Amino acid sequence: MSGKTLFEKIWNDHAVHTTEDGYTLLYIGRHLAHDGSGHAFGFLEKRGFKVRRPELTFATPDHGVPTTSHRLDDITDLVQRRAVETLTKNAANHNVTLFDLGDRRQGIVHVVGPEQGITLPGLVMVCGDSHTSTHGALGALAFGIGASDVYHVLATQTTWQRKPDAMRVSINGQRPFGVTAKDIILSVIAEVGANGAARHVVEYAGDTIRALSIEERLTVCNMSIEAGARAGLVAPDDTTFDYLEGKPYAPKGKHWEMALDHWRALPSDDGATFGREVTLDATTFAPMLTWGTSPEDALPITGKVPDPANETDPVRREALQATLDYIGLEAGTKLEDVPVDQVFIGSCTNSRIEDLRAAAVVARQGKAKVPAMISPGSSLVKHQAEEEGLDEVFRRAGFEWRESGCSMCVGMNGDLVAAGKRCASTSNRNFPGRQGKGARTHLMSPAMATAAALTGRFTDVRTFAEKA
Amino acid sequence: MEPFITLTAVAAPMDRPNIDTDQLLPARFLRRPRDEGFGDVLFIDQRFDDEGKPRPDFVLNQAPYKTAQIIVGDRNFGGGSSREGAPWALLDYGFRCIVASSFGDIFYNNSLKNGLLPVRLSEDAVTAIRGQLHDHPGSTITVNLETQTVTAPDGATHEFDIEPFRKQSLLKGLDDIGMTFEHKQEIDTFENGFRQRRPWLFAEA
Repeated sequence: MSGKTLFEKIWNDHAVHTTEDGYTLLYIGRHLAHDGSGHAFGFLEKRGFKVRRPELTFATPDHGVPTTSHRLDDITDLVQRRAVETLTKNAANHNVTLFDLGDRRQGIVHVVGPEQGITLPGLVMVCGDSHTSTHGALGALAFGIGASDVYHVLATQTTWQRKPDAMRVSINGQRPFGVTAKDIILSVIAEVGANGAARHVVEYAGDTIRALSIEERLTVCNMSIEAGARAGLVAPDDTTFDYLEGKPYAPKGKHWEMALDHWRALPSDDGATFGREVTLDATTFAPMLTWGTSPEDALPITGKVPDPANETDPVRREALQATLDYIGLEAGTKLEDVPVDQVFIGSCTNSRIEDLRAAAVVARQGKAKVPAMISPGSSLVKHQAEEEGLDEVFRRAGFEWRESGCSMCVGMNGDLVAAGKRCASTSNRNFPGRQGKGARTHLMSPAMATAAALTGRFTDVRTFAEKA
Repeated sequence: MEPFITLTAVAAPMDRPNIDTDQLLPARFLRRPRDEGFGDVLFIDQRFDDEGKPRPDFVLNQAPYKTAQIIVGDRNFGGGSSREGAPWALLDYGFRCIVASSFGDIFYNNSLKNGLLPVRLSEDAVTAIRGQLHDHPGSTITVNLETQTVTAPDGATHEFDIEPFRKQSLLKGLDDIGMTFEHKQEIDTFENGFRQRRPWLFAEA
């Protein structure tokens, strides 16, 4: 008998019913809600349903919250204010645990879940947000769903899903100096393509992945969706268990021992087969950034803007030219010669304490030449950074030190990049208009973004890191 | 949702890959209540210039495509954000079907749950159909869900796959929840077992 993958074990453990044509009604172990969940709660109330298992839903406002202040009265956009107030009201009406504005546990929902131990190995988790794939770093099967599905989960604690196929991305070898988790996942996306992992759950494996901290794994799994994957996950190991032990919502005492027994049996069996296998050599990786309007448009910092003239297919050539027109770059330009207008450090991809520490290493070496802001991933991360004096490091370097939220990754709270402006950003999407109408986004690691702030152009962070 | 059985309509070609859900519906409109509609803001930043005037070069602004109910796209249509406002905007504008060589998974699922049919065809097929639409702007294609076929302007028929489960829901216009409640007993039984197997998930912090 062939073995099972991590993904199949979790799937089978949550399968309530499977139809003849392979659609499965999956039980949901954890559901995360945020200020964008208003549509789903609205549908629920319209139909007169209750939340079936309120103790399995956790909520925190993140998308529309201001980063200049966490006082409700300071939300000047009345639409966003209403969304945050509606979440508070919905959580109260339906007995859902809420980490509201002003609570230190508030933050970006994908930072809060792991931080609180709400995210656990072996779970099926959902959230009305595509970056739910983040939680796979702890060995959970976690994926984003739309408002109709969120409504369905609230009402029934289940969701109908077609079983995705299993894919393994194995990364081996010592990553070179200056290569971060962000560079690893950008390299994966550049290899696989922006939709190359569609209808697959990606398991990240190999000694490079095994050596990553949980926060680094969170960055990798976060951007699985940027390769089109339904979810991304990493088998739980001692690194996972050490991270979780003692977290507020992690199991305690006898339950911890029971959970550990279950979790240790989760990793893919030796004989397990994956429908697709991709193998990458980490020793070839370099610090990366995106030059275009899809996360697959990623190159090492030493690269040059691609030339449409090299595209033989006329449709592809035109698409590439349209990308360059939007992003305002000339074919053949060295990436290191491109000036930036501003820098954003934050988002569910790169806003945890290790990200801020990495940025601070570079920030200590100079002063920002362009406007730069930092939004920590949660109020607890902000507090921890302040305990470590990182806020002072950033302030001295001329960075703005803000409150936590999704902020300039999605721009819903008013933290926007103006049309035509170029932003070095640690977020996850460089889509046209993502950070604001006409905004030009370039994705990179916190260290690379900080280096860009200090020089005012895209910069090989290795020149800074060597001095640290 | 409105059932989808068969549709013959003008199709608009969109050549670019990676038409993500941020392009379909920018984040600044996400908080709008569902019943206010999203059709006016579909592709808003591509349809209109800074003064709010329609851009003549954008395909949906061109006369032959004013009545289009089908889009023929490329690779990774609807990738990115899980916002269900993206299919809502397409539906509210008047679209009932998107043909592409691949879709963002979440967009694909969200579309099915709202009566917007996403049809996956091969890259060669979508390229060929878009070519015919460019050559004869305003021509129609037929999408038949019962037979799972797309008939291109040149008369060629392309078969597509869809899970029987989703096909039935679309043909009948049913949403998931009614069917799920038929499994209520099973959910209750499962949940009791799950609670015993994984008690830590239900414990108080």
